[in-house]
Amino acid sequence: MIHTRDLVKEFGSFRAVDNINLDIAKGEIFGFLGANGAGKTTTIRMLCGLLLPSSGSITVDGLDIAKHSEGVKHKIGYMSQKFSLYPDLKAIENLEFYAGIYQVPFKKALANIRDVMDQFGLTDILSSSTGALPMGYKQRLSLVAALVHDPPLVFLDEPTSGVDPQARREFWQVINDLAQTGKSVIVSTHFMDEAEYCHRVIVMQDGREVVLGKPAELKDQHQAGSMQELFLRVLGENNAKSV
Amino acid sequence: MPNLSRIHAIAQKEVFHILRDSRTLVIIILMPLLQLIIFGYAMNMELGQVPLVVQDNALNGASRALIDAFIHTDYFQVVPLAAKQLEPKSIFRTRKAQATLSIPKDFGNSETAVYLEIDASDPNSAQLIQNYATGIVGSFRGSVAAGIDLRPLILYNPDMKSSFFFVPGLIAMILVMICALLTSISISREKEMGSMEQILVSPVSASEILLGKVLPYILLGLLDALLILGVGMLLFQVPFRGEFVVFLLFTFLYVLTSLCLGLLVSTVAKTQQAAMMMALGITLLPTLLLSGYMFPISSMPPVLQKLTLVIPARYYLQIIRGIMLKGNGVQHLFQAGLSLVIMSAVMLLVAARRFKLRLS
Repeated sequence: MIHTRDLVKEFGSFRAVDNINLDIAKGEIFGFLGANGAGKTTTIRMLCGLLLPSSGSITVDGLDIAKHSEGVKHKIGYMSQKFSLYPDLKAIENLEFYAGIYQVPFKKALANIRDVMDQFGLTDILSSSTGALPMGYKQRLSLVAALVHDPPLVFLDEPTSGVDPQARREFWQVINDLAQTGKSVIVSTHFMDEAEYCHRVIVMQDGREVVLGKPAELKDQHQAGSMQELFLRVLGENNAKSV
Repeated sequence: MPNLSRIHAIAQKEVFHILRDSRTLVIIILMPLLQLIIFGYAMNMELGQVPLVVQDNALNGASRALIDAFIHTDYFQVVPLAAKQLEPKSIFRTRKAQATLSIPKDFGNSETAVYLEIDASDPNSAQLIQNYATGIVGSFRGSVAAGIDLRPLILYNPDMKSSFFFVPGLIAMILVMICALLTSISISREKEMGSMEQILVSPVSASEILLGKVLPYILLGLLDALLILGVGMLLFQVPFRGEFVVFLLFTFLYVLTSLCLGLLVSTVAKTQQAAMMMALGITLLPTLLLSGYMFPISSMPPVLQKLTLVIPARYYLQIIRGIMLKGNGVQHLFQAGLSLVIMSAVMLLVAARRFKLRLS
């Protein structure tokens, strides 16, 4: 679904993303793990066309992102780290706006998101003002807004930060269901327990790949009991190597 | 090619913002009214009821007739002062009067000269006082004794009312300020809030974003123009001699130019604060000083005259004064209108080019 080759992003002399190679399949939940500043958000922003790579290539569903910018954008749903729906609009008006800029008739958009809205219990709050919603609902609404055009590829940049554990579980249930319907979901997180829900993860540090693979296999390889342990171990080893 | 349904989606969302944000409504309605009223009453170029001290040493029929001629205008008001205070310097120093008129003993008989002393610490007022007094004395004498008899005919504003001059000017100034402010703030707000990022991920193009943003404000700008025009006519009795359709057409062009200026600002400013400062900075003073509103362009040094060519209000002032005071039609305003069209097009193109569809 999405492939990158030797992806690099430099801001001046600072290398935020350093030689990242990814191959993410249809229906896969792919996790980006790493501390703040590890390059997760920068990588995701390049993958969805918000940032131009300094070098390397990205193809989405067979299309080169640099050459087919508009075509690629129709295939991508993106939920940014910062809550960015319009607080002065009603929930439904926000959805209508996103349907509008993706040129999806609103009826069709509502059909596209009906299942997720039911799961999230959003149907009842559609006429509420977005700004007045509790944080948990805002996050859910942001995810739904990213799905109005039924994109095969969904990027979620730290979707569960600031959400209580119960709501996080629900969120992951929805992510799982999206993957079941064949969407590729790319998630960044710094909650290690969430990494267990991913089909594959990449652990990043200083813009570089530290490890990449299935959570269970990675834990085996590094004799870690949990993802938390794995994370600390691989980062520790990586630090020891670079010293 | 810009896509209409995407522009519509953006414009519609913008309308919601406008209707629900009380701050925008304040900018749109209260700001122009306040400016009109404050400027209108404070920026009065006429003088009235100038305190005048009269020292009549003739005390005859002719001198009383002259003093009456002064009193019967609205321009002067005679200040009664005891004789011992009649020393001009102390009168001016204590601000008891702005001018003194002394009539010599033999006035009306052998003497024809009268003396006027004017406090020129405010030179503009002094000039006006001199003009008024000369006028009064001139009409008192009936006609000029010497050979030349100048009979001026003052057109379009025969009473030389300053409201005729500042109301059209204020429309020009307020419109450019508000339009530039509104668009630049609305775009920089989206950058600041992070919603721009969400829009940039979508297939929307730069020109679609800019057009969607500008469209609702064109309507608002026109409404504002009508508001200022209406209140200006009501409060200050300014005439409207031209055609309303012509006014709408050319005001539309001016609003468009001003909005494009705001778009251009928003491609530079990253925060709402910066956008606001920039929008005010490039509209307020340049419009006031370089548009020909306050100071005639023809009396500026050549360099400044060239600079006025890029001030949109320069063209709109010709237009609005032309329509309101002279009853100009399209054929008289064609060139100024064309200049506005060109400015809009250039600014829109530059803004669309500069507008980044990616983050930096």
